[in-house]
Amino acid sequence: MAELWRPIRKILREPLGALGLFLVLFVIFGAVFADLLTSWDPTKINPRDRFQGPSANHLMGTDQLGRDLFARVLHGGRIALFVALVSTAVSLVIGIVLGLIAGYGPRWLDNLMILLFDAMKSFPTVMLALALVTLMGPSLTAVMVVVVLVTVPGYARIIRTQTIALKTSEYVTAAQSMGASSARILRVHILPNVIGPLVILASMDIPVVIGIEAGMSFLGLGVRPPTPSWGSILNDGFTNIRDTAWIAIAGGVPIIITTLGFTFLGETLRDVFDPRLKGR
Amino acid sequence: MLSYFFKRLGLAAAIVSVAMFLLFCMIYLIPGDPASVALGPRATEEMRAALREKMGLNQPVLVQFWNFYIGAWTGDLGDEVLSGRPVTTVVFEQLPYTLALIVGGITWSVALGIPLGCWAAVSRGSWADRVVGILSVAVIAVPSFVIAIYALLIFAVELRWLPAIGAGEPGDLGDQLTHLILPSLAVGLGWVGYIARMVRASMLEVLEASHIRTARAFGLPDRTITFRYALSIAILPTVTLLGVGIGQMLSSAVFAEIVFARPGVGKLVYDAILTRNFPIVTGTVLITTVLFVLLNLLADLIIGALDPRVRSSF
Repeated sequence: MAELWRPIRKILREPLGALGLFLVLFVIFGAVFADLLTSWDPTKINPRDRFQGPSANHLMGTDQLGRDLFARVLHGGRIALFVALVSTAVSLVIGIVLGLIAGYGPRWLDNLMILLFDAMKSFPTVMLALALVTLMGPSLTAVMVVVVLVTVPGYARIIRTQTIALKTSEYVTAAQSMGASSARILRVHILPNVIGPLVILASMDIPVVIGIEAGMSFLGLGVRPPTPSWGSILNDGFTNIRDTAWIAIAGGVPIIITTLGFTFLGETLRDVFDPRLKGR
Repeated sequence: MLSYFFKRLGLAAAIVSVAMFLLFCMIYLIPGDPASVALGPRATEEMRAALREKMGLNQPVLVQFWNFYIGAWTGDLGDEVLSGRPVTTVVFEQLPYTLALIVGGITWSVALGIPLGCWAAVSRGSWADRVVGILSVAVIAVPSFVIAIYALLIFAVELRWLPAIGAGEPGDLGDQLTHLILPSLAVGLGWVGYIARMVRASMLEVLEASHIRTARAFGLPDRTITFRYALSIAILPTVTLLGVGIGQMLSSAVFAEIVFARPGVGKLVYDAILTRNFPIVTGTVLITTVLFVLLNLLADLIIGALDPRVRSSF
């Protein structure tokens, strides 16, 4: 228990870290307990109640179809967090494997993979997303594929650089001379030493991922209606911006709160645990 | 310098080639046939077969890739599905609007970011430094389309200070610039944060350097030291940062064009998706990617010309 408390106390000592942690927990709480926090169905259409401002009945008002915005925002949070966690986890696994191969494998493979990563990074994110969605059709899977394609090269490069640095270290040479297989060396001796900075970088990427999901849903390329996503709520707000500002506020503020929360938390994590990464 | 130039140019060409290959693979690997995608669900089998023939989809994969590859290098990206105009022409018609938006974004980010970063570095550890630090992180974190919508909501819809849609009257420069203010702010605001942080960090480094200490020992005023001697070196990394930044600004520009209903490549692709105009989508992705690689190359060459250490380490 004490092991778990120490890092949290370190984060709480930094005002920005405490704020970040609070915002993140706030958003997670809303998404997890969405069904308990509101009795409204996020997809129930109610034309008579359209374009209402916030009231005791509808905490954030209603949208152009009379759906309760508070319920939609809470359920939208589930989509955002789901995409962020699942696709970041997938990216991490792929990035680690590719990075280890590039760093530990033969030189030509390394060069080839670096070229591949650089080429993947040279597509502007939204352009790549637009092209993929044209081919795959809009869906949550398409969003996650985009996230993986955009984030994997960065993770793989970090792992690669550190693997190369460790490859010639004495304890690895010692393990090699005792006849350890490459797989064992990578798993037991290299992976545990390269994974720390990566986890911090990934936590700092979560706001970016949330931005990609919201952005694609905003363009109508992510979740399909009537499923609520912060991006699609924001799009409803944009379409009806001359009638009411409340929908745009309901869609945008959660995105701002979440991205700020994760960023403040990620920055503090980095400063506390790995000052070497500062300035990245 | 010349050998650095050619090495860097070769690398850029290799990256573009691989990017083309990836794009081609994407078209190929993903289930669904471009001809059916282009024609929509109501097309007959004969129509699909005819379009497949016209697009060269019946040839072996390698031949197709070769044609695509050679075509792309010679500027032939195929024809638009609906009007039959060359994709390159259509994209290059829209590109200036997007470039204007990106230049506007860079202007915002440099005009705000460099003074802020400078101020934070000179007043290191003070409340001003902390505020600039938090603001920088905040503007980096918030996605640009949220900024675009709120800028539209506040300055165009509620306050009515600035126009909400379009790119302004052609030929009327003042009108066009007024129409550029809000969208370019949305594109550039995040980069204010990046540049402020970068300038602050490199400024702090430079202020420790021996030539600055010497200048101080000579009794030069702080202002002269900061702006004449330190800043001119401290803004160098910003050039590299902007090279990378242009790719992200291109992404932000897509949103800004849609939110503010401006013409440009982002709007072009978005509309092309809705009308299943497939060659436009791939063509634009390729052209913007090449643009991004070229601008990165330019940034690296500028840095290489300014800083000999970069050249020798390559």
